[in-house]
This record gives sequence, structure tokens and C-alpha cells, in this order.
Amino acid sequence: MTDLFAGPDGPSIKVIGLTRRFGDLQAVRGVSFDVAAGETFGFLGPNGAGKSTTISMLCTLLRPTSGIAQVAGFDVTASQAEVRRRIGLVFQDTTLDDYLTAGENLRFHAELYGVPHPEAAQRIRDVLSMVGLWDRRDGLVRTFSGGMKRRLEIARGLIHSPRVLFLDEPTVGLDPQTRAHIWGYINDLRRREQVTMFLTTHYMDEAENCDRIAIIDEGEIVASGTPEDLKGGVGQDRVQLHTDDDAAAIAALADRFKLTATMSEGAVTVYVPGGEQFVPRLFAELGVGISSVSIARPTLDDVFMAHTGRTIRDAEASTADRNAASTWRRARAGRR
Amino acid sequence: MSGVGDIGGAGVSRASSAAAPSAVATSRHPRAVPAAVRVAGGGWQDDVRGATVVWRRELIRFSRNRLRILTSLAQPVLFLFVLGTGLSSLISRGVSSGGGANFKTFMFPGVVAMTVLFTATFSAVSIVWDREFGFLREMLVAPVRRGALIAGKCAGGATVATLQALIMLAFAGLVGVPYSPALIFTLIGEMLLAAVAITALGTALASRIAQVESFQVVLQFVVLPLFFLSGALFPLHGLPTWLSVLTRLDPLAYMVDPMRRAVFAHVTTNPVVARLFGATMTWGSWHLPIGVELALTAAFAALMLTIAVREFSKTD
Repeated sequence: MTDLFAGPDGPSIKVIGLTRRFGDLQAVRGVSFDVAAGETFGFLGPNGAGKSTTISMLCTLLRPTSGIAQVAGFDVTASQAEVRRRIGLVFQDTTLDDYLTAGENLRFHAELYGVPHPEAAQRIRDVLSMVGLWDRRDGLVRTFSGGMKRRLEIARGLIHSPRVLFLDEPTVGLDPQTRAHIWGYINDLRRREQVTMFLTTHYMDEAENCDRIAIIDEGEIVASGTPEDLKGGVGQDRVQLHTDDDAAAIAALADRFKLTATMSEGAVTVYVPGGEQFVPRLFAELGVGISSVSIARPTLDDVFMAHTGRTIRDAEASTADRNAASTWRRARAGRR
Repeated sequence: MSGVGDIGGAGVSRASSAAAPSAVATSRHPRAVPAAVRVAGGGWQDDVRGATVVWRRELIRFSRNRLRILTSLAQPVLFLFVLGTGLSSLISRGVSSGGGANFKTFMFPGVVAMTVLFTATFSAVSIVWDREFGFLREMLVAPVRRGALIAGKCAGGATVATLQALIMLAFAGLVGVPYSPALIFTLIGEMLLAAVAITALGTALASRIAQVESFQVVLQFVVLPLFFLSGALFPLHGLPTWLSVLTRLDPLAYMVDPMRRAVFAHVTTNPVVARLFGATMTWGSWHLPIGVELALTAAFAALMLTIAVREFSKTD
């Protein structure tokens, strides 16, 4: 399978028609994408969209039902060990040993990945300093806060100099300040280690940090490109209204402006080119009392909306029950 | 083969096998980042190292948990000195020990085996906790074969269980068992073998358990029956047929018996006590040689290890 991989300039991750089924549930439906070496690639989508399932397949923890996935030039099914040697992982839930110290967790990881001793000591010092935990190296992990644990996981994922670092919702459940810190480290890493990063998130603002993103919904990639391209593709401003009678407003928009409006986040929402010019006409011609208007340039939220017909939050509400447990644990349970 | 050049560029060179000549690749790309390291390239050294990591972790966790060491001691001590003393006073009305071996001497190897059983089970089933709290995934995704991880786990569980049982062994003098080096070394060997077998059993069970709550089920339906049927608490001869059959099906019975025979070979007994308590495991009228019992235990361990490795090697 390595022959598909085209040398140093070839993609770090190559995925063709990747599919995964859990019984009747088709979690991932034939996704295809490439990630170039050194690129930071984001998988953006609501919970339950298939992000974690995809990441689990790419890091060899889950077998694809069909399709091809190559990481660092090796097939994830045929060459598991080769892939594992070259990837680092930071999961949503902690995978640290609480009863060991931070240093011990990292030393064990270095041993598991066969990093020679003298280099491992230096490397552990480097990565711990990077995430600001060198002073806490002898502290038991169970005394650490959630943010410290996540930082430690990121440090650990880097010890063996992986070519590809997978980050599954790296900031989920963290406070805004810690999230900003984590992103500081991630951006630092991109500069210092030239590591390819594949991350999943359901935070729009985080996806903006990626070189390229793919928007995934219900197991399918609905759009991909740089954040700027995707937003440019929408090409329209979002106008949201609060009115005295939303139903009448929607009808009037369809009737007089030939616009299809939807209810989103409790407001009547339409997409128009040139929002500022549209608003005066709206007040003059709508014929329904308007209490407030907001205009927004396209965001990734709008990109998601444009491709799926709903906001990411609405999508989460409808799929939340599908994905109560993490994919991996569900898979384990499903096997019994 | 072209992917390899890129790997060199990331500062990682390969030690062996599957990939290509890496010397060229590494020299072509001066490393930009001083910290990048090389990782191993597969082979048995990786497996040995992986197993050692898992084994060491087990020891560190054991030594950090002093409370567990103490509480694990409570149950066998209660059995030996409270139940043992109570029952020996009952039994001594019928049988005079004549100052030699008594019921507590009989129970001693039983509670040593019990210590091994509970410690090894606990150690093995901690895999379920590792799954719950995530560390299992850190191990499963490492470039180490599952067999090596399981081997390390079993070596760790066996070491920990043997250490814990050694503490019980220290009580030997209080129940009339001499501290003879030959006896102690024999017991340590038998304890180790039993501990490996039980850890392997626990690991095989843990591969099928998804929730921490299920540990209670294992305890009630596996560990306690194993213990009660093993002959740790009562002699296995002269039993009703149904019970006799069940005890012969208990793998732990073949671990307790050699330990008991070792103990009884080193104490003075009068013929009555020897006949009552020192009798050995029988199949019908055949007295099993110790070698056969040890071989059965080893075979059981090998079977359980095979199951555990197979279960953990599956990818969902």
C-alpha cells in the first residue's frame, strides 16, 4: 500500500472512501480526504457526526468496514505497527495513569515507544517545559487539574517525535483560558516541530485556527477547504431578525423578497448578499413589526448551515443521544 | 518505499526491518528541531521493553498503595487465626494433634493460596479500571504487540501476588510451620506458578468485562467459588460425590495441594492428623503426583494466556 504514497511531499494522511458501521448505524459513510505533511487539518462537526470514529480508524484502534486509510505512508489495517510508531494521540478522555507521577507517565510512554534513555530524558524535559509542567514532574497525576492533564497528554503524545499528531477534541471540557493556552501550545508545535496535525472539534472558533478543515455531518464530508475559502463560498451575509410575528415574517420574506428564511437560534434567519443594503428595504417593505436586526459576515457556522441546513448546535441536539459514550467504549461494549 | 525519506526528515530514523535504508534520508535532512528522537523499529526487543514497562507499572502501583497491602492481609489473617483457631478447638476434641501439626497447619497453605488468588485477581482485573480511566488505550495504541503487554501484565500480577503472599508466609512460625529454606523456596516457586495462572485467568476475564461494576460478578461467581472448592479450607477426601466432582474441576485445587504437601513434608505429624489433613489430591484411587498437579496448573496458565492474548489482539 505504500506505493500510493508519493515521497516526502506526499500526503501524511490519505483517506479514500472510508466507511465504518456499528450494526445498523453507519457512523462514517465513505469519506475521502488528504492531509499534506506539516498541515494542520481540522475535522469540524457536531457530536455524533463521526469525527471520533474516523480518528479511531486512522490511529488503528478501530477497523474500517471498507475504504482505504494511510497514515505516514502506511495502511492502517495492513501495517498497524508502522502507523503506531509514527503517530501521537491526544484523546478527549484522559489516558494517563493517575497513580503515577507526570514524569513516570512520560517515561513509560518513552519506553513503550522505544525512545533510547539519554534522548528520552532530554526529550521529556523539553516537552514538559513546553507545556509548563516541568516543575510538576514529580507530582501525582491525580492531583492535577483537567487543564494540566490535557497539557500533559499533549506533551506525552510528542515524546516519540510523531510525524502525525491526532488531537480528538483537545479542548473539550476546558475553561476558555485553558483552551487558549492549549491552542498556544498547538500553534507553537506547528512552528517548532513541523508535525502534521489532525484534530477534531465542534468549536467553530477553533476550526478557524486550522490550515484546512473538512466539515462532517452524519458521517459524510459536506465541505472542505481553507476556512477563508469556505466562508467565501457562502458569499452572503447572515441577517437575523426578531419580529412580532415570526411566521408572518417568514411568509412575507418569501412573498415580497423571494427569500427562504428559517428559524435558527430563535430568530428569523436569511442569507443575502450585501446585508447593509438589505436592511432599509426590509423595514420599508416587510409589513411585520421588527424589534431587532443583526447582520453578520459569514462564519464557519454559516458554512455549516449552508451545507446542512441547520446550525451545528441544532445538529448536536438531534444527535446527542446517538453518541452518549465515546465511540471506542461503545465499540467495546457492542462487541460483547 | 518513498515514505521513508520523509520520516528521516521528521528526525526519526528507523532501526530495522520493514522500512528502507534510512541513513541517506536522515543525512539529507538536517534536523531543524533539536529535540526530535529516534524510535525503535520493531522486533523482540520492543516486546521485551513493552512487557517490562507494564510489569514495572504494576510494581510501582502496588508499592504506592500501602493501604491495599494492609487490607489484603486482613482477610487471610482472619481466616487463619480466627476461623482456624475456632475450628481447631472443635476438631481437637476428636483428634489429638499431639503438639505437631494441627488444623491451622492445614489451613496455612490454604490462606497463602487465598492471598495469591485475591491479589492476582485484583491485579488482573485492574485492566477493567484501566479501560474505564483510559490508560488501557495508551497501552493498546503503542507499537508493542498485545502478547507482550499481556505477558507484562501477568508477570506484574504474579510478582505482586507472590510478594503479598510472602508476607503471609512470615506467619508460618505461629502455626507450627518451620522457616526452612527448602520449604520457603518450594512454596515461592509454587506461589509464582499459581499467581501466573490466576493472573492469566483474570486477564482473560477482564478482556470480556466492559464495566467496573461487573467486577462484583467476577468476585461472586468466579473467585469465591474457586476459593471454596479449592480445598483451602477443608480436606478434599471423603466428600459427597457432587462436591468431590466440583472440587476436582477447580483449577485452584491443583495449586493448593502442592503447597500443602510441601508444608506437611516439613512438619511432624501423628498418623491420625496426617491421614486426615495431609492426604493428597486423588482422581478415583489415583494419588496425583506433584509434577502432574504443577503441569496441570502450567497448562491452565498457558490456556488462559492464549485466550487473553487472542481477546486483546482483536481490533473492533
